[in-house]
Amino acid sequence: SPLNSLNCGVSLDAPWWSHPISARKPNGCQLTPPPRMTVRERLRQNISAAFYRHGLLCASYPVPIILFTSASILTCCYPLLKLPLPGTGPVEFTTGVRDYSVPSHGTQGDLGERPDWYRGPPVAYIQQVLVKAAVSPWDSSLVPVDVFRSPLGRVFSLLEEIRDHVYTDRSLESLCLQVTDLLPGLRRMQSLLPEHGCLLVSPGNYWQNRRDMFDSDPDILKTVHQHEPKGLHTSATLKDLLFGVPGKSTGVSLYSKKRVVTYTITIALSSYDARFVASLRARLKQLHPSTNCSLREDHMVHVHFKEEIGIAELIPLVTTYIILFAYIYFSTRKIDMVKSKWGLALAAVVTVLSSLLMSVGLCSLFGLTPTLNGGEIFPYLVVVIGLENVLVLTKSVVSTPVDLEVKLRIAQGLSSESWSIMKNMATELVIILIGYFTLVPAIQEFCLFAVVGLVSDFFLQMFFFTTVLSIDIRRMELADLNRRLPAEAGMPPPKPGPLRPREAPPPSRPSPHTITLQAPAFRNLRLPKRLRVVYFLARTRLAQRIIMVGTVIWIGILVYTDPAGLRTYLAAQVSEQSPLGEAGLPPHLGVAPVFPGGDPTSTLNVLPAPEPTPLPENQSQGHGEARSGPAPLTSPQITWGSEDEEVWRRLSFRYWPSLFSYYNITLAKRYISILPVIPVTLHLSPQEAIETRHPQDTQHAPRTSAKTTELQADLTLYKVAALGLFAGVLLVLLLFCLYRVLCPRNYGQNGVQHGRRRRGDLPCDEYGYSPPVSEISPLLLRGHSMDIECLANDGMLLASCCLAGQIRVWDAQTGDCLTVIPNNGLRRSSSSGCWEHRDGWDPSSPAYDADSLLGPEARNASTPIMDNEHPLRRRTTPVRPALFGDQPDLTPLIDTNFGEVPPSQMMPGCGFDFGELVERAYKEHEASPPLPFPPSPPAARQRRRSLGDQSVAPPEQVLLAPWDWDSSVWSMELRGNLIAAGRSSGKLELWDAVEGSLRCCNEDGSSGITALAFLNNRIVAARLNGSLDFFTVDIHKPLGLLQYRGPPGRASLPPSPCYSSEDVISCQLTRSVQCAHQKPITVLRAAAGRVVTGSQDHTVRVYRLEDSCCLFTLQGHAGGITAIYIDQTMVLASGGQDGAICLWDVLTGSRVSHVYGHRGDVTSLVCTTSCVLSSGLDDLICIWDRSTGIKLYSIQQEVGCGASLGVISESLLVTGGQGCVSFWDLNYGDLLQTVYLGQSGEGQPVRQLLVLDNAAIVCDFGSELSLVYVPSVLEKLD
Amino acid sequence: PGESTLFSIGNGVALRGPYISMITNHTTNLLIRGGMLFVVGVFLALVLNLLQVQRNVTLFPPDVISSVFSSAWWVPPCCGTASALIGLLYPCIDRHLGEPHKLKREWSSVMRCVAVFVGINHASAKVDFANNVQLSLTLAALSVGLWWTFDRSRSGFGMGVAVALLATLATQLLVYNGVFQYTSPDFLYIRSWLPCIFFAGVITMGNIGRQLALYECKFVQEKIHQD
Repeated sequence: SPLNSLNCGVSLDAPWWSHPISARKPNGCQLTPPPRMTVRERLRQNISAAFYRHGLLCASYPVPIILFTSASILTCCYPLLKLPLPGTGPVEFTTGVRDYSVPSHGTQGDLGERPDWYRGPPVAYIQQVLVKAAVSPWDSSLVPVDVFRSPLGRVFSLLEEIRDHVYTDRSLESLCLQVTDLLPGLRRMQSLLPEHGCLLVSPGNYWQNRRDMFDSDPDILKTVHQHEPKGLHTSATLKDLLFGVPGKSTGVSLYSKKRVVTYTITIALSSYDARFVASLRARLKQLHPSTNCSLREDHMVHVHFKEEIGIAELIPLVTTYIILFAYIYFSTRKIDMVKSKWGLALAAVVTVLSSLLMSVGLCSLFGLTPTLNGGEIFPYLVVVIGLENVLVLTKSVVSTPVDLEVKLRIAQGLSSESWSIMKNMATELVIILIGYFTLVPAIQEFCLFAVVGLVSDFFLQMFFFTTVLSIDIRRMELADLNRRLPAEAGMPPPKPGPLRPREAPPPSRPSPHTITLQAPAFRNLRLPKRLRVVYFLARTRLAQRIIMVGTVIWIGILVYTDPAGLRTYLAAQVSEQSPLGEAGLPPHLGVAPVFPGGDPTSTLNVLPAPEPTPLPENQSQGHGEARSGPAPLTSPQITWGSEDEEVWRRLSFRYWPSLFSYYNITLAKRYISILPVIPVTLHLSPQEAIETRHPQDTQHAPRTSAKTTELQADLTLYKVAALGLFAGVLLVLLLFCLYRVLCPRNYGQNGVQHGRRRRGDLPCDEYGYSPPVSEISPLLLRGHSMDIECLANDGMLLASCCLAGQIRVWDAQTGDCLTVIPNNGLRRSSSSGCWEHRDGWDPSSPAYDADSLLGPEARNASTPIMDNEHPLRRRTTPVRPALFGDQPDLTPLIDTNFGEVPPSQMMPGCGFDFGELVERAYKEHEASPPLPFPPSPPAARQRRRSLGDQSVAPPEQVLLAPWDWDSSVWSMELRGNLIAAGRSSGKLELWDAVEGSLRCCNEDGSSGITALAFLNNRIVAARLNGSLDFFTVDIHKPLGLLQYRGPPGRASLPPSPCYSSEDVISCQLTRSVQCAHQKPITVLRAAAGRVVTGSQDHTVRVYRLEDSCCLFTLQGHAGGITAIYIDQTMVLASGGQDGAICLWDVLTGSRVSHVYGHRGDVTSLVCTTSCVLSSGLDDLICIWDRSTGIKLYSIQQEVGCGASLGVISESLLVTGGQGCVSFWDLNYGDLLQTVYLGQSGEGQPVRQLLVLDNAAIVCDFGSELSLVYVPSVLEKLD
Repeated sequence: PGESTLFSIGNGVALRGPYISMITNHTTNLLIRGGMLFVVGVFLALVLNLLQVQRNVTLFPPDVISSVFSSAWWVPPCCGTASALIGLLYPCIDRHLGEPHKLKREWSSVMRCVAVFVGINHASAKVDFANNVQLSLTLAALSVGLWWTFDRSRSGFGMGVAVALLATLATQLLVYNGVFQYTSPDFLYIRSWLPCIFFAGVITMGNIGRQLALYECKFVQEKIHQD
């Protein structure tokens, strides 16, 4: 049943699965739809999961996988080496002459070496007679025509000899290959090539093999050359055909230096008679002996010709290839959004091509030799295999979420397309299998190749292309990093000014990391294509390099091919050194004197003594008779070398096919057997040469001056020079035109602009485009008289404390100063700057001042109004130390019942204690019922005093005790509207941020509070002596006054507990850990119910906030702890004075990673979900990959701004600079925008930087605060 | 408003003003498409005819170029005209039937289609089949496969069958009247694979025509958008 359903599922998996037709299928599949679906779904899931894992694998180990793939490609292609190279060149096979027999037609497997084409008789046996003739010795009286006239004339006698040769009863006529008519198209050759008889070709054919025509020919050269085609020719010309040697080596030329004429008489035999051939050879040798000839005569060469492809056959082939390339072009054009389109297109093509090669290689490995014409089926194979999968893969991968890791992207892209890929592949395989059953051999073979090709293509796609794609995507992200570097990246770091050089990211990162794609805003802004081309050219210096390489190659070719140049020199060197060259030489040294007698030729050639011809030295040595005098002329020497053995090799390989094709005999797929050549040496006397002269021959004489050749050489040189010059000029013109067409006018200026970004300029991407300009105008918060020491924020509010001890509370959104808490309570700060920039201030404000001097009743009346105007609230009791400012309703405290006053409280030395009174009122608000008392301002204080004395039982907190106003605030925290300030005297104060009143004070410790953490209702204070105090803030709401404080000024209140001014707040020390650290605690952070302290004793301790229990002591730093980061997700990072950064697991207390990042202290640490950002005293901001601990890149900060660092969102980093803040894209590390805070660019360095909840930045430079709102553009930029 | 229009259509299109206007003119567009289809048809006819002729071509033809045009002069123009008609007719039918062609409307797919078509011709000319029935069946299967892979529309199939039948009939008549002849006819006077070739050709030309018409649609849409 499962099998059945599986079958059904597979059969219905085709794309038309949901088509109505399939619903009517009369099989039983519809009966079990749920199991079918599950099987299909399960299959799909499995495939998807497998592809996902595979994608992860590929992206994780790109290099090994590519190496593995390349190795497998090479292995599979290795069998291809055994295959004959495609082409139409002839193939040779050599056998011995002695035991030659015509090969049988049958197939013999035992003849291992024998090629399979060597079957049956050849088309013809070729017997060549190689004639070398020279007029020797050379005479100065001879004219140049004499070099070849008489030697050529001897061909007729030789021909006669050959024709008439008879061995026993066999003549040449009976053995030779009889030919009939020439092809109809060759009428003009009719007189030159034999017809209706033996195929016997010699130079004599020029004169119809008639001596008299030769003798009467006035200009032999003209006769020879009149049939030569003009222009370039690649195949055999008539001269080649008739002479049988390459045109240059015939020696039939007026300028021949060797004065040796070489030609062949070619005889085609239809059947091989060894004895006849041997007797002919013997006869010719006997007549014209070549004594110094040592040619081998025992080898017969069989030459097999393949089918030639004519142009007509090439046209369809070319068409298919054009279509193929169009297909590839249109396919690869769709590759988009990758780093290198060309690279990926190349990879795609390589994938397909190497899969084809692999398929051919594998097929031939398993014994299936490809008989098809590879070139013809190749395009169809490519089309069948197709580039679709590759494109689909690319598209799917690039459309994955860009903020994922590269390997995850690859994996997701693969798995999302896995189903369709597998489906398509299965469909194609099925189609091809159907094709296999057509039982047509050609189609079967095609299908076999296609199947193997498909499978290997799938393999390559999965391994090779996927890996290349992952590399490409990684490169793209790296390149985005590189490309979007500011242009000043190369400048030295300490350069002053707003420039922000930063270190280049490390060139290679061994592990994947998260860097997202460019923002769409960037991607869409593209320059026109031509500019991109130009920029590409300019970037890569492509044109220059190509021109340079081209020039070098050109010069090399010139030098090599120069007649007086390298090649001849090399050839001379080689021939001097090689033993072969010497081997050729000695025989002829002994030639001349030993002409055998009886030979007619030699008798003619006996050197006459009175000959005036001076011989060259070696010749004269050889002759033994040295002649004195000038030696302008050299006697021709006839040498036989190994190159003469197979003279046909030096001809075009089309020589034989074209010769036979004239008689409509094709050599395609057939072979000819070439018998060993018969050498014939002819030495002619000058007398004979003179005798055979034609009367006009002497007219050519003047042309034989050496000047002509010199002139010719010169002319060639000039031609080459002129051509070179012309080419150069053309190139320059072309480039100029290209430049004019392609380059914009301001091409150069653009480059200058790119080079330096001035103040306020936005960073540009590669093409000069900037992100959309958004005005970021900072709000300046002025008012502090001295440098700002502490900053605290709680989203809505912002508290700052300067060195003078003044605490100011600001509205974080408007930048309004809400409250000023002076250090000295008696000093009024009415002239503080915070009032100045408030335009909409109620003109009735003096009334408040007046009010404040009134009694409590008047104040009570005014209080609700001021509550309603929450942001505008100001401190109304400047005379008193912030305590009796606008307090809640104190009327219940007014007690006029003097009779109930206990006498003990009436003691005179007791003093005036409002503090106890108010404290009591706050603490026992809920307990004591409100007592309605009529207002009586003058008596109020008196009564109140008496009441307070009565009720406060434990006077533990004395608010108006002598203040040590001189102690400075060392640390400050802000939650809700409570400011917790830790002072150097060890006092912990809680202030109402809105009212500016001191709500609570705790003086339990005496050591200065170095760090504070305020979490929920707990305050943790770290002290200088290393102790850690845990306080609990208790809030007691007054029962009768449960009304809300009034409508808040802002729509959204911070989530932290809000303490209304009516609450009675007490701060009690719950626990004190005396020896939390041996040395002063330098840093304290609290989050997620943990308190983490770092101390100078090199340890980090983790406490639980609830019960102040020490959970872990983390050791690992080699210096004092200077920075700690912990957030709600329990990520704990610590940095120390040793420059090390440790990541800890808060749950187990184990160290996750440990990196050294800075020279000097780590000044601040921030973690995001993917990175860790650290800044150090070396003014370097380093960005680390959180999971691997690998440094992604670093940003060089300006001096003194090292610690100012904040992360606004996952991808937006803000850093401080000299009077400015810069926004960086965290994922790319590129500068997005720089905002200048003051009017003057040379502001003070930003020392602190705080990120508020509403994405505003506060930085403290000098005595000023700056509030910068990050516009929404930047927020969306990830 | 002018500025906003310019903005909406973007830079590149605005620069190619005259070209676009020419393209969007319906009759001009029709002519251009027809011309292109005609050229493609003539070219394919020449090449494929050459393929057929080649089987009897000797190894070294005395005159290469003449063999290319050795078939009658009227064959390529006829094929060109037919292909232009078919290529123009296909989008029309699509429009009238109201079922626009949606399958793989890309040039790479069209190129693949053309390659397969040439391959079918190649197979018919070069592959040695055991008998004609096998050859014809194989080619028929290939042609239907071509339709399935690249067309898959009912109108395309119907049109292909109709044109193939008509063309076969016409060829029969031509051969009957002795205009030309086949060396070894096996289906009355012609080869039995001829309908398959015609069918595949119709599908191919229809594919090209649709792809060309796509451009017109695109530009017209843009123009409408612009207005």
